[in-house]
Amino acid sequence: MTDLERRLASPATPTLDPARVTAKLARRADAEGLLDVAWATLDTPLGPIAVFVTPRGLVRVAYDRENFAEVADEVAERVSPRVLLAPQRTDSVRTQLDAYFSHDLREFDLAIDWTLVRGFNQGVLRATAAIPYGDMASYGDVAAAAGSPRAARAAGNALAGNPIPIVVPCHRVIHADGGLGGYTGGLETKRYLLKLEGSRLDGLTSPASGRLARSRPGPRRTRPG
Amino acid sequence: MSLPPFQRLVDDHATELHRFLVGCVGADLAEDCLQETLISALRAYPRLRHGDNLRAWLYTIAHRKATDAVRLRARRPRTVQLNGMGPSEPRTAPATLPDDGLWTAVRALPVKQREAVVHRYVLDLDYRQIAERMGTSPEAARQSVSAGLRRLRTEVDR
Repeated sequence: MTDLERRLASPATPTLDPARVTAKLARRADAEGLLDVAWATLDTPLGPIAVFVTPRGLVRVAYDRENFAEVADEVAERVSPRVLLAPQRTDSVRTQLDAYFSHDLREFDLAIDWTLVRGFNQGVLRATAAIPYGDMASYGDVAAAAGSPRAARAAGNALAGNPIPIVVPCHRVIHADGGLGGYTGGLETKRYLLKLEGSRLDGLTSPASGRLARSRPGPRRTRPG
Repeated sequence: MSLPPFQRLVDDHATELHRFLVGCVGADLAEDCLQETLISALRAYPRLRHGDNLRAWLYTIAHRKATDAVRLRARRPRTVQLNGMGPSEPRTAPATLPDDGLWTAVRALPVKQREAVVHRYVLDLDYRQIAERMGTSPEAARQSVSAGLRRLRTEVDR
């Protein structure tokens, strides 16, 4: 290697702060309407949680065990590939989750983007969103509220695929006989959330079915882009 | 292959793109060029049909932004002294790097030679990789590098 080549190979490159690059890009993308999905992580008593927000609202909440990179892939594919780390756009979600975990908030006041859930499943999750804090309902209850009283098993599948756990409180749905059922975040997590809300874990003492209003799926969403 | 989240492109390529741009346009313009590159890429991103060779795609955009920046700087009007009218100093004096003589010469190279030289030495790529990013053949990449080196030698050794 000649001296010239050696000098070319060692330019005085100013150091680049990757976080600053992303923050700057996210601000500008937001201003130009290009920030289709903003995401951020937050620390909770259940470990790190990732939240994904579109201009319409909260579209995805993920537990650490789901693998954030894979969840980001899923969001890129099914919502929009314009996914950027942009904590400022997720502020209200993170603030409310923090408050929820410290017993300061019982009801989330957040816009939801239902892009990832269609049809009957969306009906089930909308019915689930209506179960009050500290209460529980059975799979049959939410199936009935979604318009199909006999579809308890299908309701279970819809809940298992809930893209917005905690905020859409699928942990409040259990078996009619008091069995805990399943949970994407793990049964320990489900138990933790129910305890946090002061629910009694020895069964459905007061079936919530009567209190669940029949809810219809909202207007069909079309995918952006 | 579907498109990965744009954030992953930033994480994987921003540092290297920046080095490339520092070589092409200088440290004072490189970070702005990087932002222009990324925002342009983000704007066009959902229209890509597949996620193959995203790196080469990013370098194509960076190359365009670097060319624009160099052209713009060349066209920037020189500040002239007007008695009692306005500042006498140029508002943005070009930042200088320690080894500035050499890098000024690099930036004065024809575009292809400049980018080939930067890819070869700043990013330490082989000719096949350079060809892929510049959309040319390895042989053409090799020629651009050696032509660039020849020219630099006469400029710098003068």
